[in-house]
This record gives sequence, structure tokens and C-alpha cells, in this order.
Amino acid sequence: MMIRGKPDEDDYWNSSKFKAFTFDDEDDDFTRLKESKRAVNSIRSLVEEEDEEDDVEKVSWSGEPVGSISWSVKETESSIRSTGEVRDQSFPKIHTAPSLPKNSSGYSLSSLFKGKAKTGSFQSFSESFGDPSIRNYAPELRKPKSEYKDYVSDWTPEETVKRMQQGKVYSLEKFRSLQDKLLLLDEAVNAHDGNVITAVLIYLKKSLSKEILFRELITREIALRHYIHYLKEIGEQKLLVELFKSMDRTEDMALMQYRDHLNVRDENKKRDFLKNCLSFPFSPDDATHVQDHYTLLERQIIIEANDKQVESSGQADIFKKYPRKASILNMPIITTLYYSCFYHYGESDGTFSSPANIRKTFRISDKQFLLTCLGARAKLKAWFDVDALFTTKNWLGYTKKRSPIGFHRIVDILQKNNAPVQVLQDYVNLVEDVEQKISLAQKYKCHDVIINTYRDLKDRQQLIVYRGKVERGSSEYRKIEEILSNSQLRWKN
Amino acid sequence: MAHSVRRDAPELPDFSLLKRLARDQLIYLLEQLPGRKDLFIEADLMSPLDRIANVTTLKQHDVDKLYKVEHKPIVSTSDQLCFLIRPRIKTVKWICDVVNADKAFGRFRRYKIIFSPQKFYACENLLEEQGIFGDVTTDEWSFYLLPLDDDIISLELPEFFRDYFLEGDQRWVRTAGSALHLLHSVYGPFSKVYGIGRCSKMAYESWREQVEEGEQRARQAEIGNVFLIDRDVDLVTPLCSQVVYEGLVDDIFRIKCGCVEFCPDVTSSDKSIKVMLNSQDKVFNEIRNEHFSQVFGFLSQKARNLQTAYDKRSGMDIKQMKTFVSEELKGLKQEHRLLSLHIGASESMMKKKTKQDFQELLKTEHSLLEGFEIRECISYIEEHINRQSYGIEHLLTFSNLKQLGLLVEQQPGETLTVMESRVGKLVNDKTAGKLTDAFSSLAKKSNFRALGRRLNLVPKSDEEYDLRVPRDMAYIFSGAYIPLSCKLIEQVLERDGWTGLEEVTRMLNGHEFAVTAGSNGSDARVKTDSQRIILVMFLGGCTFSEISALRFLGREKGLKFIVVTTAITNSARLLESMLDNHA
Repeated sequence: MMIRGKPDEDDYWNSSKFKAFTFDDEDDDFTRLKESKRAVNSIRSLVEEEDEEDDVEKVSWSGEPVGSISWSVKETESSIRSTGEVRDQSFPKIHTAPSLPKNSSGYSLSSLFKGKAKTGSFQSFSESFGDPSIRNYAPELRKPKSEYKDYVSDWTPEETVKRMQQGKVYSLEKFRSLQDKLLLLDEAVNAHDGNVITAVLIYLKKSLSKEILFRELITREIALRHYIHYLKEIGEQKLLVELFKSMDRTEDMALMQYRDHLNVRDENKKRDFLKNCLSFPFSPDDATHVQDHYTLLERQIIIEANDKQVESSGQADIFKKYPRKASILNMPIITTLYYSCFYHYGESDGTFSSPANIRKTFRISDKQFLLTCLGARAKLKAWFDVDALFTTKNWLGYTKKRSPIGFHRIVDILQKNNAPVQVLQDYVNLVEDVEQKISLAQKYKCHDVIINTYRDLKDRQQLIVYRGKVERGSSEYRKIEEILSNSQLRWKN
Repeated sequence: MAHSVRRDAPELPDFSLLKRLARDQLIYLLEQLPGRKDLFIEADLMSPLDRIANVTTLKQHDVDKLYKVEHKPIVSTSDQLCFLIRPRIKTVKWICDVVNADKAFGRFRRYKIIFSPQKFYACENLLEEQGIFGDVTTDEWSFYLLPLDDDIISLELPEFFRDYFLEGDQRWVRTAGSALHLLHSVYGPFSKVYGIGRCSKMAYESWREQVEEGEQRARQAEIGNVFLIDRDVDLVTPLCSQVVYEGLVDDIFRIKCGCVEFCPDVTSSDKSIKVMLNSQDKVFNEIRNEHFSQVFGFLSQKARNLQTAYDKRSGMDIKQMKTFVSEELKGLKQEHRLLSLHIGASESMMKKKTKQDFQELLKTEHSLLEGFEIRECISYIEEHINRQSYGIEHLLTFSNLKQLGLLVEQQPGETLTVMESRVGKLVNDKTAGKLTDAFSSLAKKSNFRALGRRLNLVPKSDEEYDLRVPRDMAYIFSGAYIPLSCKLIEQVLERDGWTGLEEVTRMLNGHEFAVTAGSNGSDARVKTDSQRIILVMFLGGCTFSEISALRFLGREKGLKFIVVTTAITNSARLLESMLDNHA
């Protein structure tokens, strides 16, 4: 990529080693790409007219050619849907009387294949397919005799672990003393095989009291982590909480319990659950988060109930003009603030739904507040509100525009929300860095800003160059002419 | 394009054998349950399965209907059910429910679970606890390795990263060892193994033991050297935004198992299409490793050539036309199709990235890497977190960059604490409480800055970098950064070990090794060829950018790299695996 030295490049690109590669729309490359596309597209018609035997190719093109497995699974799904076989059934309760198969004579051939309609009656027949119980153990029986020792207890912890790794027959029953159990565990850990470590832990879980097991795990970090992961996976929440508690890992315990809120669907129940969480022994940081989470949900429930009602009653224009796309429940804090700035702007600080109240309650920083609010008001094209966001009065009563964020950023945000040039140029003018100001003004076609800046810089050459870029006879053209012919000005070039 | 290519690079081994092995074993296993049966397939096994077999193969072995595992009650009427699954507790639980529901109905069926790539005791224990051990037979389908391309082999185990690096569970260590063992017995014997990281060490040990347990057959080695690397040796590289074509496509459209779904936006039609992205795609093959800025020029040149080729027809007589249609047209049509797709994709990516202020993002990332203008970067990050113009993945990317030590050095104290709590707050109600845990796991002390200096990872910023003629691997990040992972590989191969890198390994927490096998008696000529084929195994995933960097290195040094990874990753996947936002 060549350096093109375009004046509107960020100065970063000019000053750094990276050649100006940009993703900007106007870039030459993009135009080039568009041209290539046009060229290729123009060939398209020509190609398609000769496209008769194309099906074969299409197949090779797709990641899922006809006949692929993914494709076939989809077929099964759609055929199920079309035959209506799927009812929204959950797992049947054990006590419900089983529904009879459609073909319920019990003697037809097809029913034999569907399985036994009633217990027992066709047992011998079904087993003649090959006794499943024999099949299960057959692989073991086929193993050479030499692999068996007379007494399984002959296997040392090392041998046992090795056999487990290799998927051979093994037995853990002989490890009965605590010492043997721990030797076995340590051996598994030494073998670096998580599968075997977990297997031993499952055996220890069954054969040791949890107090003893927990105590021994404290000094065995790797085994402990396997145990925690295992308990998580099989969903033994309670035991996990006990484990953390016994190890004084109360913060982990609190987080573990807090995590359960994900399983609570109903918002009121979730709120109550979170309220209950507040008393858990979180770390100070986490405690603040959980408190915020609770407060936020509580507030969202109130706002949601109110706004839903207002919206359906058609009382407020804002909801009519911009119907809500989704409920505000469980949205992040910034989304909630945005929502508040969108639908509840200008409400008094006392209301739960007002932006000011949310800002205060959740300690939202100036920057964060400004950016969110700006986004919401710009979306509504409330340029007056936007203006007010930046206006400050000093003690003499003069107004001045200030922002905790660079005005070039503000311009970007406004532009993305389709602000008109009149609005944009006010903010472009506020950009302090002159080069940046001109580059933004050029990008967004704020002629006045450019012309005035060159005038103020007394840069006649640039002004003449710019005259060549604007439309002859337009108001900006006339303005440049006027300035250039002003004999009062002392040009620097 | 214009790379200096050393001609003497050896040929890559043929990995299609791995597919055949997997297919044959699957067929064997299906035959262990004779008669017609319905097959339930774990969702993330479907694409890998598609790459090695098709429905006809399955039907030939009495598979009747195919279903995706959805953890819902089943509708099958078959009296034999076969489940092809990953060894996951959740899936086994679901099977237990299915079987117990059948029992409650008094329905008799036969069940078989095929675990891939192996079974876990915890799964079998669940079968036992649920009272269906024995009702269900189990088997293992050792489908360890899926070749995604000529030089990429994936274990397709994205959970490897989280299980090992976050949960500290070593269940996949032996799997990695077995995968290595398979490669060793088919394409080995390896003569040298280098590695860094705890997991690499353990995987090496596991492989070594398996070699000792099995019998050795003397054969000519196709792959001589192996390099094992843990993902947490270098977490910075996968968190960087990718700008090489293949990486960018992955970041934006997500390549899944070597296949991408291009949305209607790209295809300029009303439907999405799935496209295989590999060396078979001639257009893709030429642009995949290029910096995105170089792609347009290439594509427009191609478009012009194509136009010329089509234009040839105008002056032809019937006979010439006939030859043209029978010999050239098909190729041209294929190329046309490919070209319009990649142009469409490039265009769509440009649009998306322009919208996202990608330029600014890259600038910030590069400054972070350089350790430059940290204050501005933080302010940029804050603003974007605030604006939420980025997806959650970016928001967390930055927090993690910080956690990884990229920001901490020059900005201790307040700003960061504020930022952290803000990130926490923002994601708080969207993600689970475990987030904090995930972060602290990632937050191992990193000496990134010192490493960067030591290994020259960040080229001097006053030099110009010509992306048309890349001079080093930094081109994959616009000349701003040489990926640490690949730099280590380069250095170790150059030095034939870790000598002289003591300080580097100390900063990376050690666990480096370099071992040589006893003489294998293979003749010297073969040895030299196989010596220049290096198998690099990433434990915990690798990115397309890293693969591009290694391909570049290979071209420069006359080597061939084969990348074996537990999964293809990128910043979004890495961070998503750290999230805990579902019950």
C-alpha cells in the first residue's frame, strides 16, 4: 500500500511506520474493489447463460453438499416437523400409564421391532437378536488370561493407574486404608491424566466421609481443582458450597451461590434471589457489583411495569413515535441509562427512571454519562438537548462549550447519528487541533469551517486550492471569492 | 504474490490417511451394533463427521435416521439407538434420561454410545449411577485428528482451553499425547521434540509413555521435528485483531471446521452460502496469507484477467469456440465464482470495519503493544466501553490486555481500578459471577514488555514497513508486532534448542524442553528432508494469523510447518470461553 499523503489521514498514519492503510469508505482501494465487483458482475450474465449443468458444481461449493450429514440431519428435522410427530413433550413421568403403540395388536411383526408392548411377553424373541448382557461383557472375556492376576489386590497404585489409563480392567476396592487411597490419588496426579484423577476422586467421594476428603484435598491443589470441576459438571452445588466453606474459600462460595441467579427466570424471583445474595461474604469489589445488580433489577422492574402501562394506554407521544423494541429487564446498566435518556429525559431527579437518578445511584462517570446521553438525544435528533449537554456558564454569565471528551469524538458520534451539517460544524469548530479540525471539516463537508480556518490562518494558497474543490458559483465559492478579494487581509503567502 | 520463495522446501505428507483411518474405525464401530439404527450426533461433531464421511457411508452401515443431539426428548421409533458424542456429562445425562424414559414406558431398545475421541470415567460412572450401565454399551472412536487443510490439523476440542487453563482439569492431556502418538506412528518416527509450557511437558510425557507401551515399527520418517507450545505462553497474540485475510474472515464471519457461511450481504443474493476455505480454492489460496490491504490489488488484477479470458471468445469461429467451452470455460466459471465471492467478502468486511472505527482500534492495539501513549489508549478504551459500539468481546479484550500485563506497567493505580470496576459493572448482569475468576486465571504475571525488547517483537516505529514485501512475520499485524509464539519457534529452531534464551524462558515461567531421540537408523538423505518438516502443536488453540506467520517463516527458511491445534481460535472465541453467561 502506498502512502498517498491525503490531507485527511489521521496524523497517526503520517507519523508512524505503518503505511496508510485505511478502512475509510472514500479510499481508493474501496473504489478499486467496487470496480472489480462491477467487472465481475458484468461477466455474470454471460456466465449464467451457459450454466445448465451447474448443479454438480453447486454441490461442491457448499460446505454441506446434498447428502452431507448436516444436510441430512436437517432433513430429518424438517420431515419430523411436517409429519407433526413432534409434540412439545417433556420427559414423561414414571407414574403415567404408558400410551400404547399405534399398532397395538401386539402380534404384528412391526410391533416386535418396536419393542415389548407389555412386560415379558416377547422376551425370548427380543433376546434372540443377540443377548445384550453377554455382548456387554464379551470384550472383557476375550482378553487373554495372562492379563488377570489371581488377586486383583496384587496391583500397586502405579499399576492400577497405568491400567486405568490404558482402559484395562482394574479394581479400586482394595484401596481401603486412608493411606492407600491417598497413595492412589497421588499416583494418579503424577500420571497427569485428568480422566484417571477424576475417576479416583469419584471412588474417594464414595468411600470417604466428605470431611476427611476435604481435609486431604487442601494440600493437593491439582486433585482439588479436578474435584471442583467434577462437582460443577455434575451439578453438586451443595457439596461444592460445603467444600468451599470447609476451606475458608468464602468468596468462591459466595460467587458459586450467586451464579445460581442464572437459573432463575422470573424477574421478581430473581430480584428476591439477588436480595438474598447481598448477605453473602463477597470480596468488597464483588459485593458492590452484586448490590448494583440487585438495585438495577429492582429499578428495571418498576420502570418496566410503568412504561408498559403507559405505552399500551397510548398516553405518551414518545412511545407512540418510537415503540419499545424490547423490555428493559435484565439489560446492562448502560443500556438502562440509554433507555432512560431516550424515554425519560427531563424527569425530575427524584424519579427512579430519570437519567440523573440513575447516574447518581450507579456512580456513573461524567464521560460515561455524556457519551450515553449524547447517543440517545442524537438518535432522537434533539439537537437542542445535545447543545445543552456541553453548555456551561461561568460566574460572569458567559456561556462556553465544554466536554470531558475531545470534540472530535463528539463530531464522530453526531455524524453517525446523521446530524445535519449545521449542527456538525458547530462542534467541528470546537476541535482545538487545527489540522484535525480541517480534516474533520473536509470529511463532513463543513465548508464554512474550512474557509474560516484558512482565512484565520491567512493561508491564501490553501484557500485557492480549496476554491478549486467546491462547485463554481455555489455560496461557498462566492464566500471564498469574497475573502480572496478582501484587500484588508494580510496573507502570509 | 511477491515473496522470495525457497524452492527446496520439502513436500507435505499426505494427511488424507487420517481421514480414512477415522472413517474405517467409525464403520467398524457402527457394525458392532448390527441392524438398522438411528444415529444421534453431538452438534459439534457434525461438521467434523461431514469432513470424513457422508450420509451414504452411514446408510450403507444400517443407519436409518440421523438426529442432532438437542438435549430434548427423542421421537425415534427405531429399536436401536446409537449416540455419537463428546464425553460430556451433560450429554450423558440426557442419554440417561432417554433410556430411563424408555424403561418407564416399558419400551425395549438397544443403545450404544460412541465417545469421541475417548470416554471418561466420570461419564461411565454417571451411567452406573443412573442404573443403565449394562443397558448401554460404550465404545471409543479415536477420531483425534481432523485435517482441515494441507498443513492444518485440528483436534476440534475448543473446550481444551477452558478445561485446562481455567479449570485446571488435565482430562485432555492424554488425548493430546494420543494425537501425537498417532501422528508419530503414521508419519514419524520423530527425531526431535521441543516444547514450552506445563501442558506441553505433560503431553510429551504421555506421548512418550504410549510410544513405550506400543511396538515400534521401523519406517522412513516424514516428519522429523515437533514443537509443542501451551497457549498461555502467549495469550497476547490471539487477542489481537487480525488483519491477514484468512484471520479477518475468521474474526468477522467465523470459519467453522474449514467452512464459512457467507451472508446474503456477501453473496449479493437472497441467501447465504457455505464455502469451504482451503488450498483447493485457488483464489483464496493466493490471498489467505496476505495483509488485507494487499488483497484488493490482487482481486482487481484477477478480475481484469478474467475479463480478458472471456473476451477472447468474441473473435472465435465455431471450432475454437468448442475447444474454449470444453477446455477453458469450466475453469473460468469456477474462478469467476470464487472471485465474486471473495470480492463480496472483502467489500462486506470493509463496510463492517469502517463502521466499527477499526482504524482506531488497530491504532490503540498497536500502541499498547509498543507500550506507547498508554494514557491515550486507556482513554480510548474507556470511551469505547462507554459507547458500547463494540461487541462484548472487544470490551473484554481490553480488560484482558490489561490483565495480561499490557497496561499495568505504566499506569498502576486509579485509572485501572476504575476501569476494572466499570467493566465489571457493565457485564455484571450479563455474565456470571465467575467472570472475576476467569480474569484472575488469565492474569498471570506477564513480562510482555521485557520479552518484547528481548526478542525484538515490536519493530522500531520510525522505520517504514512495506506490506507488499514483508520482511518478517510482523507483516501479519501491519508490521507492528511479531507474534511471540511464532518468534519462539523461529528462535528455537535456529538455535536447535533453548540455549541463549534462558532469560526469555525465565520470563515465560520456564517448562521448556528440547529432546532428541536415539538414532533411528534411517538414512541421511531422508532425514534431512524430514528434518525440514516441523509439526507445531498448539495446546489451547491457535489463530489463522499465527498459521500465516509460520507459512511465511517456512517460505523464508525453506521449511514446511504443519500446525496441529486443539482448535482454531481468535480473540472472540478465547474470551467467550471465559464467559459463564449461561446456567
